[in-house]
Amino acid sequence: MKEEKRKQLEQTALKVREHIINLSTDGGCFTGASLSCADLLVYLYSDFLNVHKGNLTSPERDYLFLSKGHDVPALYGTFAELGLMDKDRLKNHLQTNDSVYWHPNRNVPGVEFHSGSLGHLPSVAMGVAFDCRMRKQNNKVIVVTGDGELNEGSVWEAVLVACAHKLNNLTFVIDRNQFQANVATEDLIPLEPLADKFEAFGCKVKRINGHDFLQLEEAFRALPLSADKPSVIIADTIRGKGLPSIEARADRWFCNFNKEEIKSLLKELHGAEQTNIESETLIVR
Amino acid sequence: MSYEELLRDTALADERFVVMTAENRALVRNMPATLKERFIDTGITEQTMIGAAAGLALRGRIPVVHALASFLTMRAFEFIRTDLGIPNLPVKLSSWIPGFLSDGNGPTHQAIEDISIMRGIPGMQVFAPADEQDLLGALPKIWSSPNPAYVRINIRKTDFKHNPVFEIGKAEVVATGTDVTLLVYGMLFEETLKTKTILEKEGLSVGLVNMRSLKPLDEKAILDAAKNSRLLVTIEDHFLTGGLYTMVAETFLRHHTTAHVLPIALHEKWFKPALLQEVLKFEGFTGEKIAHNIITELEKKTLTKA
Repeated sequence: MKEEKRKQLEQTALKVREHIINLSTDGGCFTGASLSCADLLVYLYSDFLNVHKGNLTSPERDYLFLSKGHDVPALYGTFAELGLMDKDRLKNHLQTNDSVYWHPNRNVPGVEFHSGSLGHLPSVAMGVAFDCRMRKQNNKVIVVTGDGELNEGSVWEAVLVACAHKLNNLTFVIDRNQFQANVATEDLIPLEPLADKFEAFGCKVKRINGHDFLQLEEAFRALPLSADKPSVIIADTIRGKGLPSIEARADRWFCNFNKEEIKSLLKELHGAEQTNIESETLIVR
Repeated sequence: MSYEELLRDTALADERFVVMTAENRALVRNMPATLKERFIDTGITEQTMIGAAAGLALRGRIPVVHALASFLTMRAFEFIRTDLGIPNLPVKLSSWIPGFLSDGNGPTHQAIEDISIMRGIPGMQVFAPADEQDLLGALPKIWSSPNPAYVRINIRKTDFKHNPVFEIGKAEVVATGTDVTLLVYGMLFEETLKTKTILEKEGLSVGLVNMRSLKPLDEKAILDAAKNSRLLVTIEDHFLTGGLYTMVAETFLRHHTTAHVLPIALHEKWFKPALLQEVLKFEGFTGEKIAHNIITELEKKTLTKA
């Protein structure tokens, strides 16, 4: 990747993080989980997926399924920055005149499937991968799950079935931000050694720093990782990435900041000192 | 023609059809060789099969999925509700051994709340054919409907000749009667044919309605029966709650009317596992026992037309 391209992706990701922060008030959103996968989504939609405004319903397009649906601010922020979605539409967050809320809705063009109930989209994406293969199409089918989401047995069921059917056009991406809703994953249901688990199920695994565009490019450009196995990319990330005042904290999952905090967090994102946050520290939705 | 032959011919004529199973191959044994890639066995994974069916439907396919009724409707319920119900995807659920048809399996396999929970999903259509002929007559329209659909598979063979014209939302009115009308769905239709004969020998005028389309429901058939008969009887291999008896009650409320209704269903209990005929005897669902209960009901009350 050229340095110029990398800087451009970083700029886009910064804008996406601004959208996420701006959505974290007036009812709030899942800020921490959105910030962790912003770089991943920016990379995929900017540089990797064959998805653009002109092909959103074409059967030839690539598919990205956001299974950890509560990070939808990162998706909509990416859509807004890349011209897939009108930026003004973000102002409709939590308004009844639109479908922009805490989880994805297919009324927003580009959203492949609604999510919110964890552990569903691995199997839905697998169905799409089955069909692409039946039709001998080379679409890439990507499903992004959270790491906490890996508690759900249905994820592993889908992995087992995808391996059995040798669906090498299907890629599971894990946003490994180390936290589930309220606690660190390793303190509740330990996942490590995670790569070994997927390998043991029959996948080919690559583990990368999910905030490094060079590593993102290298990993995704290498897909499919195998001729007869599904691919898994474990993206090691930081919950709340970009805002040191909330980074890697168990109590910053869902955030509903006040207006002063939002102003300060936007500055913090651009390098100013940490924000003194006084709004409610833990709201579990 | 069998279920499998109809499915095979349908799938061979229309490449949108994909046949799936959660390793329940009773109905589709020959499909792997015939349909090749369009046959997908996901193993014993009801929820994953439903999720994958949703993905296939997103790509324009019509998946016909097969699993045991209790695991399909209950283990995979949230996937059906969330991945098929919310987007209203045309996935067709073929439910094996529903109701009493699980005979000796025991309560784990007894889908006797399936109608209740499936009809609660917006857009989901629900069908319970009386026998194989009734099933095969209904499936082409069910499979070509744009909705998700739940079908209680019933491949029992009977000598009864059904009205071959199946319409979604229409019951089959076999007979009208002024004393009693039997409202029934699924395999108990066979028993109610016997009930009807017994009651007629007693000099009663007996109506019989095959409620094969449970959602959309044929409300007119219910209201007409209530108007014409002194007593309505709902007969179902289902919990009393949420099935046909409930649907009849809801229909009456919606239309500001009522009637005398005798429910024959499972009251707050699972049924005793045994071979089917023994189950029917033990639980009191034979044609003879149903007739006996109806005569007792008619004697117990002075029933006038509602």
